[in-house]
Amino acid sequence: MWALLTRDLRLAMRAGGGFGLGLAFFLLLAVLVPLGVGPEGGVLGAIAPGILWVGALLSCLLSLDRIFALDFEDGSLDLLATSPMPLEAVVAVKALAHWLVTGVPLTVVAPVLGVLLNLPGTGYGWLVLSLMLGTPALSVIGALGAALVVGVKRGGLLLSLLVLPLYVPTLIFGAEVVKRGAAGMEVSVPLLLLSGITLGAVALLPFAAAAAIRVNLR
Amino acid sequence: MSIWEYANPKKFMQTSAWALPWVAGLALLCLLAGLVWGFFFTPDDFRQGSTVKIIYLHVPSAMMAINAWVMMLVTSLIWLIRRHHVSALAAKAAAPVGLTFTVIALVTGALWGQPMWGTWWAWDPRLTSFLILTLFYMGYIALWEAIENPDTAADLTAVLCLVGSVFALLSRYAVLFWNQGLHQGASLSLDKEENVADVFWFPLLVCIAGFVLLFVALVLMRTRTEIRARRLQALLARERLA
Amino acid sequence: MIVEHLAVARGGVPVLEGLSFRLVGGAALILRGPNGVGKTTLLRTLAGLQPALAGRVSVPGESIAYAAHADGLKAVLTVEENLRFWAAIHGTDSVEAALEAMDLRALRGRLAANLSAGQKRRLGLARLLVTGRSFWLLDEPTVSLDAGSVALFGSVVRAHLAGGGAALMATHIDLGLAEAGVLDLSPFRAKAPAAGGRVGAFDEAFG
Repeated sequence: MWALLTRDLRLAMRAGGGFGLGLAFFLLLAVLVPLGVGPEGGVLGAIAPGILWVGALLSCLLSLDRIFALDFEDGSLDLLATSPMPLEAVVAVKALAHWLVTGVPLTVVAPVLGVLLNLPGTGYGWLVLSLMLGTPALSVIGALGAALVVGVKRGGLLLSLLVLPLYVPTLIFGAEVVKRGAAGMEVSVPLLLLSGITLGAVALLPFAAAAAIRVNLR
Repeated sequence: MSIWEYANPKKFMQTSAWALPWVAGLALLCLLAGLVWGFFFTPDDFRQGSTVKIIYLHVPSAMMAINAWVMMLVTSLIWLIRRHHVSALAAKAAAPVGLTFTVIALVTGALWGQPMWGTWWAWDPRLTSFLILTLFYMGYIALWEAIENPDTAADLTAVLCLVGSVFALLSRYAVLFWNQGLHQGASLSLDKEENVADVFWFPLLVCIAGFVLLFVALVLMRTRTEIRARRLQALLARERLA
Repeated sequence: MIVEHLAVARGGVPVLEGLSFRLVGGAALILRGPNGVGKTTLLRTLAGLQPALAGRVSVPGESIAYAAHADGLKAVLTVEENLRFWAAIHGTDSVEAALEAMDLRALRGRLAANLSAGQKRRLGLARLLVTGRSFWLLDEPTVSLDAGSVALFGSVVRAHLAGGGAALMATHIDLGLAEAGVLDLSPFRAKAPAAGGRVGAFDEAFG
């Protein structure tokens, strides 16, 4: 398992691995939104939680199809499926690797983009916490979507159509945490619900994704 | 004699060929009776005027939008557990019908909302949930379309339907949490007297029966088409083999 | 490995049926048959990647190593990194021996992207050695290998057989394995249902 994780991380870091693309997209979004909405600080501050969460979601989406598609094309997935490692574990490890190279960096840079978007000072802690708790769910749900479309050529657009509706609850609770936190309100309810979704998704979806991969390989 | 006998395509084709005209005819009858009764022989509401009459389209289609998804969930489970092809094809056949009902519910809702709330669209929990439901339907249909091997497509869409159902339910509660909304409570519930008077209630029931029958008729028809398409594929494959 | 009355299907359509054979340690079996007869389908079924239509395959658990057309190599990893990964996945530590056997020592630090087709193939076959598994299922293992490499691979297979392993391979090229049996798949081609053949899941219910 450790070997698979380090391999996936190494692949992401080397040339053409796409590491940083999601981050660049996230930054771009945080620059483009004020250009579109206008420089008024109050307006930007009010929509910042939502923009940052939607941005994190879309940046995450960018690299999803790489989770399994590359391994499917070069035959590694066949070989992994016949290896001693259970396919459920392969899915979980690959989702973890995806989170480490997208979710974690997004969480780290989000406060900086928060500054660009005039996020009120009380919101920063909650922004980081909510992304930390919510992005694992994005990676695991995305892994399921990637597993479903792994046999489809040019499945990128289809992947977003499948995955984005599944992201709705995570988005709502995640952005709600930041909104309430920035307004100085009680956040425990959405925070707990967000964690619940993440825990449920991490626990159950690898099984569904592994089943989807088995179907796609046969 | 088991209910699963009808999962055999041949048996299904025979039975549905016999049942389809009856179901379709009954659907037409109910819809005609319910809509004419509802539109022309009910009084105007004292507050909402004649606009209220759109409930005869809005409420049944909204109900069927959800029921169609539930039916897809059940048939997907039957496919995953018992591997009956007809079940998977019925789920495939129901999806576009369900999507159409969802869109009808949204459009009639907008038409009703404009005079009542003064806006075509509001991010109200019910409306938002239905919008999200259309996205789920679209994803499901797109996945069916994208995969060539029919059994693979059936398996993967069944997995999507299962997981999607859980997330659709989660979204429903998330949306309720997100905005309390201005939509009125459900028009139909056990204590219906509180919401809808009898004069509106009976034609509405007839309309609902009509929509249910219409749904059944459409799904039967589309499932028959899918079965024939599969049969065609099987024959072509056999031809290549020979 | 014991195969009894096996029937396999590609895309729901039966391609092979009534196939029975036995493969024991130390033996090799070469699959022959025209293109499209179902060699790859048979190997994938035996590897457990797709379900059999009918019949039984008895094989000791976790003993199969499958090598497909695609080698499962990562272009941005070096030869050694690629092998180390598969060795770690299979929990073995025979990377050096595998490099030696497939004559890849000199290339160990090179990125897989910079290998020639034949060198990639050699690396793909070296992967078999690091799995530590006894039944090799090989799908056209000699594609893009030059004569010298074919002979090298032949000797690797022979050493594997001598060590108690077994190999089942689909190939048209003579590996110099005089002791290998040959299984021609043409007689096992699935018949159309009209001619009394088996009905696949695809049209089981639609016939």
